[in-house]
Amino acid sequence: MNLNKRRSISYAKFGYLFILPFFIVYLFFQIYPLFYTFYLSSQSNGDLVTDSVGMDNFKIILSGQPTTTPGHEIAKRAAQSASKNFFRVLGNTCILWVGNFIPQIIISLLLAAWFTDAYLKVKGKGFYKIVMYMPNIITAASVAALFVMLFNDSEYGAVNNFLVKLGKEKVNFVAGIKGEARIMIMIIQTWMWFGNTTIMLMSGIMGINPSLFEAANIDGATPTQQFFRITIPLLRPILLYTVVTSMIGGLQMFDIPYLYNAQAGAQNITTETVAVYIYNNFHKTTAPNLGYSAAASVILFFITAALGAIAFVTNLEEDPRSAHAKGRNKTALKIKLGGA
Amino acid sequence: MDIAGQKSNSKMIFIRSAIVTAVLILLTIFALLPIWILIVNSTRDHFEIITNGVSLIPGLKMFKNIGQLNEWVEQGKIQYNALTGYVNSGFISLCATFLTVLFSTMTAYGLVVYDFKLRGAAYTFIIAVMMVPMQVTSVGFYKFMLNVNLTDTYFPLIIPAIAAPAIVFFMRQSMKSTFPLDIVEAARIDGCGEYRTFFQIGIPMMKPAIAVQSIFCFVGNWNNFYTPCMILISRKPEQLTLPMMVNTIYTNDKINDLGAKYVAIMLSIIPVVVVYFIFSRFIVEGVALGGVKE
Repeated sequence: MNLNKRRSISYAKFGYLFILPFFIVYLFFQIYPLFYTFYLSSQSNGDLVTDSVGMDNFKIILSGQPTTTPGHEIAKRAAQSASKNFFRVLGNTCILWVGNFIPQIIISLLLAAWFTDAYLKVKGKGFYKIVMYMPNIITAASVAALFVMLFNDSEYGAVNNFLVKLGKEKVNFVAGIKGEARIMIMIIQTWMWFGNTTIMLMSGIMGINPSLFEAANIDGATPTQQFFRITIPLLRPILLYTVVTSMIGGLQMFDIPYLYNAQAGAQNITTETVAVYIYNNFHKTTAPNLGYSAAASVILFFITAALGAIAFVTNLEEDPRSAHAKGRNKTALKIKLGGA
Repeated sequence: MDIAGQKSNSKMIFIRSAIVTAVLILLTIFALLPIWILIVNSTRDHFEIITNGVSLIPGLKMFKNIGQLNEWVEQGKIQYNALTGYVNSGFISLCATFLTVLFSTMTAYGLVVYDFKLRGAAYTFIIAVMMVPMQVTSVGFYKFMLNVNLTDTYFPLIIPAIAAPAIVFFMRQSMKSTFPLDIVEAARIDGCGEYRTFFQIGIPMMKPAIAVQSIFCFVGNWNNFYTPCMILISRKPEQLTLPMMVNTIYTNDKINDLGAKYVAIMLSIIPVVVVYFIFSRFIVEGVALGGVKE
């Protein structure tokens, strides 16, 4: 007994030692920067000044009120250009996310249902999966470069070249602010992510008890009925998980919106996302607006935390499949009771 | 079921299968077409591309385009040098992947094998921070690195890789389901030290999970654009990663050879595509396991 106790204490020490490096590095490179970001959100902008400005940065990016702090001309101008920006970029982010998520989830649900349908005679499922996942793994910078080359606004762009040949008007796919550029980004994002979502949903559908489909088949349920009455309800936990993670990912959307621009530095205002806004503000070589950037980061942090909390409350954080299994049992029970 | 019913049923299945196959082929084309046009255009020269932007038949001018690219590099007109890019991105990705995989396995091992007071708290913490976006901390991270003079070095791109919550989460899940704890006990009885047990038993037994995570980590680091862009502020040509180089080439107005631009983009995706087709089965399975969290 005594020996045992001593042993467990000495082994506990190793537990701490094994997890220590992770926590030290996390503390230095994530926790400290996080608090530093909070601190910076209360500091002024520009190269020269490092004064505390309280909540001014938040007021400026959210309400568009001109700066109350006396001071620098540069800082004033920066404040004017930063004002009311946050809602615009948040709006852009939401539009771009919705616009890429809806087509993506429709395609992915259909594909996932088909790939897991034992009654369909489709050859080469493995091949399709591999090909459809491929865009996700290609460097986003190269993807953006490729699409800018193909959809360039000048007649040198492959598609505009084609349109001009057909005697049609050129379209400003890249710099256009009437939604052309937005639609292009939605298409690129869909192109990059539909394979990934398909595979995730497939593993969810494969967790559904196959005898349910068999029973439905014997009872003469059509594939459409099976999809809406079995697949979708039983897939709900995974679907919710997919929506929440995709939303959190969408809030961080940076590479494609930032890189999909004809000229570096001139951000298309309809495709400027929150992440691009944060980056552009702190990364200016002259008079970086660290304060506005940090304030936007803090707001982003709270939005993400709220979304994360939703995922946590629905108990999906632990393991989507275990939550899914729970959901399955419940629904299976319901089906049983309903049948009886 | 009567024969007529069976017949109509199998006919239905046949029709459905045909429709599904058609849609799948369309989506395959959707997935592949941009890449195919990239390959085709990188083998055609500038004049062929401006006379006909979209073509599905490859040309013969790929080496001419590569030659043009090299000429610009020698003249110092562009900061794109595929070989330097491979070396830089490869170095960062290898180091970061090694650290991530080693320390994530170690952390997961600590959480699974040992029973200690803060185990639950540590695990809850890791889950809670798993989804904190990079952007949220990046302002503080950037300023911090400026303060300690680590910008324009690779350290901020490599060292933080030690702490990767999502990978720890995945490793812990797979260790929980596949790693027999008795083996640790057996090793102890045989007089094996705790670290040796980890390196000689723990790691070899986790090889499949480590392999999957290594691929994802490597590709993720190779593709990373945000962090290098944030840290390498001076944009020294010899330091640039491949995605940053690609960014300098297509936005460059001074050069106007479309074929060479296309070939530059193609050279940047070749390594990823090759790695992908070698490990595609692994990768698709890894995604199905929920191993990727971008």
